[in-house]
Amino acid sequence: MPASSKPLPFPPAERRDFLGLLAASTGAVGAAALAWPMLDSMNPAKDVLALASIEVDLSPMEVGQSITVKWRGKPVFIRYRSEEEIQQAERTDWQSLRDPQSDAERVKNSAFIVVVGICTHLGCVPLGQKDTSERGAYGGWFCPCHGSYYDGSGRARQGPAPKNLVVPPYDFIDDTTIRIG
Amino acid sequence: MSKNPPPLFRNPVVRWLDERLPLFSMLRKEYIDYPTPRNVNYFWSFGAIATLMLLLMIATGLMLAMQYTPHVDMAFSSVQRIMRDVNYGWLLRTIHMNGASMFFFAVYIHLYRGMYYGSYKKPRELLWILGVLIFLLMMATAFTGYVLPWGQMSYWAATVITNLFSAIPWIGEDIVQFLWGGFSVDNPTLNRFFVLHFLLPFVIVAVVVLHVAALHVPGSNNPDGIEVKSKRDTLPFHPYITSKDSLALIVFGIGYAVIVFYAPNYLNHPDNAIPANPLSTPEHIVPEWYFLPFYAILRAIPNKLLGVIALFGGVAILFFLPFLDRSKVRSCRYRPLYRWFLWLFVVDAVFLGWLGSKPAEEPYILWARLATAYYFGFFLVITPVLGIVERPRPLPVSISEPVLKTASRPRAS
Ligand code: HEM
Ligand code: FES
Repeated sequence: MPASSKPLPFPPAERRDFLGLLAASTGAVGAAALAWPMLDSMNPAKDVLALASIEVDLSPMEVGQSITVKWRGKPVFIRYRSEEEIQQAERTDWQSLRDPQSDAERVKNSAFIVVVGICTHLGCVPLGQKDTSERGAYGGWFCPCHGSYYDGSGRARQGPAPKNLVVPPYDFIDDTTIRIG
Repeated sequence: MSKNPPPLFRNPVVRWLDERLPLFSMLRKEYIDYPTPRNVNYFWSFGAIATLMLLLMIATGLMLAMQYTPHVDMAFSSVQRIMRDVNYGWLLRTIHMNGASMFFFAVYIHLYRGMYYGSYKKPRELLWILGVLIFLLMMATAFTGYVLPWGQMSYWAATVITNLFSAIPWIGEDIVQFLWGGFSVDNPTLNRFFVLHFLLPFVIVAVVVLHVAALHVPGSNNPDGIEVKSKRDTLPFHPYITSKDSLALIVFGIGYAVIVFYAPNYLNHPDNAIPANPLSTPEHIVPEWYFLPFYAILRAIPNKLLGVIALFGGVAILFFLPFLDRSKVRSCRYRPLYRWFLWLFVVDAVFLGWLGSKPAEEPYILWARLATAYYFGFFLVITPVLGIVERPRPLPVSISEPVLKTASRPRAS
């Protein structure tokens, strides 16, 4: 080192910057490693997931009857449709609907329509599960909150609802029992 | 205030904000430029460690509180659910549970550092008093938290500690019923303890802010206990102290992680894995380790009221330390006698802790009485008397003098 220049108190700035960045990023990784378990703890827990599938016995149902079961805290509508209702649902000109779907895409066994009973507008539970309740002009369900009409296949026909009622994942595990979820 | 200094920040958004609300200037002044005595040692890192522990406890506690149910029928199983079903619940709970111990450990060292280097003396008396207040609030927080899992130890700790207040003459019983919200520790008690346990940490945060504000008026003390005389005595907080504190934090964190991952229940009592049963007390009931010395003091005294007074007195006496110690010399480095009595005090406190974990029978009771006598004797007799009679060793001229002397000595080539 030439005698005239003052000795540098620190290593050159680039090296310090590098060390600073290295330290900061190590800290950031550590913080993220703690943040992830914290946030993930708010996701559904194992006991919640364990209740995520249910089985429903359809054998006691009669033609025309509707039942509501609870799945993941939500109502699921099951309706045993009459021959006439099936015909009506299948004959609909579905290509022109706002959420175009044929009836066949929405059922596993055309006698039973299974949908999540939550209006796709803002989440109210539509009417139509009781014989006496208002079903609207399309014979399916009617949401009183803002006036959405669904047909016998659960398709949105009129009113603000943008989508058809959701068909939950389910399977027939035998002729008269379904497992939802 | 004096005239505005030239702008400190290049970023225009930061500057705009700072001119209107000088938060950035404040943070810069207190955490970057803050002149720290250049001779501080690793004992000065425990304040930073304690602060981070507090934040960690609040973070993990908030997550636990989102899963916990404060009801006598559900509290125990909601904690089991946290351990088994909630994603990473086991991790959050073991961090929180052992965090209480690590927090107390850090604070005990922090406190002892203050005693050894005389940090409680003028002009830092209020700083010290705020610190003791934090310690008291921590005890209340840890106690109410310990009740929440509603195991046998939770229940009986709640019963015993609240019953301490029954020693108060005349109104004691009424106070205890007031604390319980009933005629025994029951659902109203659990519910209010949960609320208090949620609230108190935020009160602690507020007192910590005052504690640090009071620190930054006179500035930090140092191992020589002498005043800062010139700029050569200090270094800016960043990067010198921040990097030192970071290293301390990493070492502390490694110890903490070893406990969390390899011995999560080492500090626990197995009885707390049994749901609370108001009809039967566990055979061997002891508090958490950080309360043991005070518990030993309580049991050393064979009179209910006096025992409770001694228990609270053991903590409260810390408030008076700045006024009991009349010595002008702060650091024990220059107090040849006091230093040994202070070390003996540490041994005594640890010994009391050990005695607190033993059953209340001879010979432990006798030992506990002797140790209690030294505990109070240290504060009430030894400290005031030595402050007058001790002849301190000569103090260095300045903080930088010994450091720079070695640095300027010509190096052997
Ligand atoms: C000063 C900081 C704190 C200390 C010293 C502390 C201490 C404790 C202790 C000793 C326990 C019992 C451990 C067990 O056996 O589970 C506990 C449990 C608990 N704490 Fe804290 N805590 C603090 C802050 C917080 C905060 C800020 C919250 C929430 C806002 C919180 C929420 C909880 C909950 C919900 C439990 C019960 C769940 C469990 O047993 O793990 N804590 N705390
Ligand atoms: S929520 Fe059903 S129409 Fe708005």
